Amino acid sequence: MKNQHEFLKQLFQQEFAKMVAVISKQYGLQHIELAEDIVSETFLLATETWGDKGIPQNPAAWLYTVAKQKTLYHFRRNKIFEEKVIPQVTLTQETNTEMGELNFSPQYIKDSQLQMLFAICSPAIASEAQIGLALRILCGFGIDEIAEAFLSNKETINKRLFRAREKLRADNVKMELPPPGEINNRLDNVLHIIYLLFNEGYYSKTQNQTLQKELCIEALQLGLMLTEYETTNLPQTNALIALMCFHASRFDARENIDGTTILYDKQNAELWNADLINQGVHFLELSAKGNEVTSYHLEARIAYWHCQKEDTHQKWQSILQLYNQLLMINYSPAVALNRTYALYKANGWQEALTEAEKLKLENNHFYFLLLGELYQHQDYAKALLSYQRAYDLAKTSTERNGIQGRIDSLMPK
Amino acid sequence: MKDFALVFRQPNYDYSKFTPEDFEALNVKWQNWMGNIAAQGKLVNNGTRLSPEGKVLKSGGVITDGPFVEIREMLGGIVVIRANDLDEATTLAHGCPAVDNGGSVEIRPIYTGA
Repeated sequence: MKNQHEFLKQLFQQEFAKMVAVISKQYGLQHIELAEDIVSETFLLATETWGDKGIPQNPAAWLYTVAKQKTLYHFRRNKIFEEKVIPQVTLTQETNTEMGELNFSPQYIKDSQLQMLFAICSPAIASEAQIGLALRILCGFGIDEIAEAFLSNKETINKRLFRAREKLRADNVKMELPPPGEINNRLDNVLHIIYLLFNEGYYSKTQNQTLQKELCIEALQLGLMLTEYETTNLPQTNALIALMCFHASRFDARENIDGTTILYDKQNAELWNADLINQGVHFLELSAKGNEVTSYHLEARIAYWHCQKEDTHQKWQSILQLYNQLLMINYSPAVALNRTYALYKANGWQEALTEAEKLKLENNHFYFLLLGELYQHQDYAKALLSYQRAYDLAKTSTERNGIQGRIDSLMPK
Repeated sequence: MKDFALVFRQPNYDYSKFTPEDFEALNVKWQNWMGNIAAQGKLVNNGTRLSPEGKVLKSGGVITDGPFVEIREMLGGIVVIRANDLDEATTLAHGCPAVDNGGSVEIRPIYTGA
């Protein structure tokens, strides 16, 4: 029973994204919410019917048939079809199917999904709402799962999605690929949303590890989708995929039985997923074309080095140089801190301490954690003070426990 | 915060004896120095590096091969940084590899109009 439940959950999640994309493509993006409702109703009927009669041999085909009927029924009943859709359809697009009949051929599904990806990642929508909408429309997540991922409630998420859909309508966003001249710019935005989606999973606020993993896998799938089209299979796309593969390879190694995260230093490298690391290397090689070095290229190469467990001089020198470049493209306090840590591993604590003291990130507990680590080599009192400051600034009890551990093991020098 | 240009001048040395490893080591020095500034969020741009060859145009249409003949130090490049004042900008310039081999760094506020 458990298996069947899992099977249906996965099937619905996958098919949700496909079916909503196809309906929105054929009837217009302004009907996206209706498309979601039709698909949800289809799933409801499937659950009831299959519960009695068992799952059919080709469940996806069953879903498509029902969705076709429901869609036709809805649009005919509301006369939307005759009055609004047909005039538009005849004006704007080819109709190789019978009027209104949904086209669920594999190629049409794929094309629609790619176009949906570009539509959702239209720069018009604020990025927080965009991630929510991406999770819903592109990944087929339920509202409660999205709420859990954001540590929010269903009502807030529903409102956010509602506003995002309104924005799509108001801006008259179309289901189409941007013209060739704009692909690069628009792709930047698409990649950024995929990157945020992945981070939302990887550094998730939720403790639900299954959900975290799912988010990351979905982000990876969206990235892979872009590689199937020549115009979007660009070096930066491959770099982002490589980055996600390298990070995802450490999923199993970073989980404690009690749900807490094991830090990189303490991880058992045997648990790193070799297949994903190899995939990452493959995409990293594909990304090394052209002249442009994006932040994804640099982050992917840093992540690659982190997949080498051996602490060699070359490893940390390389990581340091990559962080130097990353800072020059994209400053953030987190990158500055990681760079200083790399400086510590590459050139020793004295040099790192001199630079760390200049950063002055006074409200950042990671900053004081790093200072504490560096002062340990020189000044017990300052190390203790830094750790205590980090403890006060830490946001979760897990973090505070970790810092307390460091304070306890601190030895006067 | 104001923007300052750091202008590097270096003696015109002979790079022909440099091995790839020497170039790599020099590059690492520069990258680390700029990384130190960037980590403080004070790097405005990645700078412009000037290649050693070139020509000089003087009045009367006189063109010479390179500025190096009469000038002891040649212009090596420019980086723009952000600092509270000239003193802080000068502090940030410390450690610049241009100074290592008898070169210098000139720290100049960027003129922003009246």
